[in-house]
Amino acid sequence: MRDVAVVSFVQSAVARDAEHNEVEMLVPTLHAAVAESGIPKQDIAFVCSGSLDYLQGGPFAFVSGLDAVGAWPPLRESHVEMDAAWALYEAWVAIQTGEVDSALVYGFGKSSPGDLHEIMTLQYDPYYVVPLWPSMVDMSALQARAYLDASGRGEDDLAEVAARAQRNGRSNPYAVRAGDLSAGDVRARPVTHDPLRDDDIAPITDGTAAVVIAAGDLARSVCERPAWIRGIEHRIEAHSLGVRDLTTSESTRAAGAAAGVANGKVDVAELHAQFSHEELILAEALGLGGDTAINPSGGPLASNPVMSAGLIRVGEVARRIWSGEAGRGVAHATSGPCLQQNLVCVLEGGGN
Amino acid sequence: MAGNRVAVVGIGQTHHRAARKDVSMAGLVREAAIEALEDAGMTWSDIDAVVIGKAPDMFEGVAMPELYLADALGAVGKPMMRVHTAGSVGGSTSIVAAKLVAAGIHERVLTVAYEKQSESNATWGLSVPMPFAAPLVAGAGGYFAPLIRAYMYRSGAPRNTGHLVAVKDRLAALRNPKAHLHLPDIDLKTVEESFLLWDPLRYLDVCPSSDGAMAMVLGSEQVADASAGSVAWVHGMAMRSEPTMFARRDQINPQAGKDCAKDVYAQAGITNPRDDFDCAEVYVPFSWYEPMWLENLGFCAEGDGWKLTQDGATAPDGDIPWNPSGGVLSSNPIGASGMVRFGEAAQQVRGRAGDYQVELKTGKALGHAYGGGSQFFSMWVVGSDKP
Repeated sequence: MRDVAVVSFVQSAVARDAEHNEVEMLVPTLHAAVAESGIPKQDIAFVCSGSLDYLQGGPFAFVSGLDAVGAWPPLRESHVEMDAAWALYEAWVAIQTGEVDSALVYGFGKSSPGDLHEIMTLQYDPYYVVPLWPSMVDMSALQARAYLDASGRGEDDLAEVAARAQRNGRSNPYAVRAGDLSAGDVRARPVTHDPLRDDDIAPITDGTAAVVIAAGDLARSVCERPAWIRGIEHRIEAHSLGVRDLTTSESTRAAGAAAGVANGKVDVAELHAQFSHEELILAEALGLGGDTAINPSGGPLASNPVMSAGLIRVGEVARRIWSGEAGRGVAHATSGPCLQQNLVCVLEGGGN
Repeated sequence: MAGNRVAVVGIGQTHHRAARKDVSMAGLVREAAIEALEDAGMTWSDIDAVVIGKAPDMFEGVAMPELYLADALGAVGKPMMRVHTAGSVGGSTSIVAAKLVAAGIHERVLTVAYEKQSESNATWGLSVPMPFAAPLVAGAGGYFAPLIRAYMYRSGAPRNTGHLVAVKDRLAALRNPKAHLHLPDIDLKTVEESFLLWDPLRYLDVCPSSDGAMAMVLGSEQVADASAGSVAWVHGMAMRSEPTMFARRDQINPQAGKDCAKDVYAQAGITNPRDDFDCAEVYVPFSWYEPMWLENLGFCAEGDGWKLTQDGATAPDGDIPWNPSGGVLSSNPIGASGMVRFGEAAQQVRGRAGDYQVELKTGKALGHAYGGGSQFFSMWVVGSDKP
């Protein structure tokens, strides 16, 4: 495998951007990501993005998104209808073939104009589940209850996760929900989807993210301390909640094992947990212990721009490696109801 | 071509129909996938990863359907990806899957593309009113007809050129049992007398709306060498994209298409496509796109595409058959149509195209797909011999 590193990362996120469309939101993010990479735009050989048509409410969200790139002269370009973390995977694969040495990867989406939780209902089995119209929060509440029952944990544990996310969010300029909150403060608020409270559910966020990745010497030439991708793996599970064990995340465990999470100390982990209980399930599946800082950015419970929130996890780990704050970290992204599909990326500074 | 060698070791496709009411979406993709696995002599457990592609989710009303289809495609416990690059997606999906093998990450990848158009209506699915955008409510045909008129003006092509393609591809489809349209009585007169949709496109100049799926198993050199049946080696693959519109953009003969062809020909050692290929499976959803893409893909000089069509060069018995399977004009499960082109090109060089098999001389064929406003291109060159 070729050595590939994340060399730049830019994001934007607000609770509701009523003034800009997706392309207008993307332009500054992409330009800044390219500028910060130190690689001239014309030398970035591959572009890959992640977006969701149903979020935009039109059939070709990525086509207009491409206008923010300025695809002229014509580009080697591709798109996944998945979180942009999978666009990162596709770009990493393209570099592994030797065809290209660098790539720009981005994701974008506005959740505020529609009803995100009901739009996501359209992901479910169209014949047997969608007619019941459960929202993604309804589904996740079932998982949360199953997890609490199986693990012996309680709502206090969920509240601890929710409160820490908002406290960590205070140092994140892109947090749309942050504050000096205690678990007790969270517990004092009403349960909206038993056993979940609003603080246990990721906030509605409009936003974008972009990273530039580069191979070997190119990465070294533009970045003092590149964040090397040591492993990037993803797995999917069965779709129906009825045939999965919702109290664990087998696909996260398998992806984490294949990516080599356990091959060293994990200083920092950024987990794409859109609900408090998901963070607990994911940390267990990845074998993360007390010496790992989990979601120091506040994670998706503080800022959740859908379709880029997974890629942002990679960026948040990478920038802590560039700064020397972390030597080794794990980024996680998810897709589908109740953690159906999961990607794990291990990043390291130094070494080469 | 960058990376390790890749070969197509199994191919399967559904019978394409206006409405496959006998199967769910999961049943549709499974039908193609099972045939591809059987062709490859494999079972679900042999597959390392699954890459699925389709055009906009609004064509069926299922968001990110790879999630719902994971079980049906045997992907549980494996990596699965979902590609969406508009009409070119069937080609792009094949390329994303092939790169997983070329990069040395996987040995055997199942790739599937589908559309079940009967679940919805593609023309209206393409015409959702968006804030601050002029609602064209035109569908794809309304978008492309003005570009075709510009081509006619630019090239001076005779007005019946499109109709010739419409007849040629439908007659070719009579030899393809899986094609959606079988119109044995079609001739120039019936095309000319079919009703006008978007000038100059008449009803029979236009592709049908189909339910269908295509699947391929892609293997490493080791897998291909061990394969009992014939395989198609990938000699080159490329993708290019450009913006939908800006001043100076040539929408008739797009630069991205020319660049993509140049790239894939260089990888495969193609210097004269008309001579170097035994056939081409090219994304021609509207009849006039045959002469237009003949020029864009360098099969002739710019302005001469219609002459090849008029001379019969692109007919099954011509010197460079285009779409011997009947093409998109005979079957159009949109998201799958690009992969059908890639797969049909592979079947030809495997010698497995049945009644529509072309004579193999160079043993090389081109698979092509395009999408968006003639702005997304994906192509591959496949060959009988190991590159």
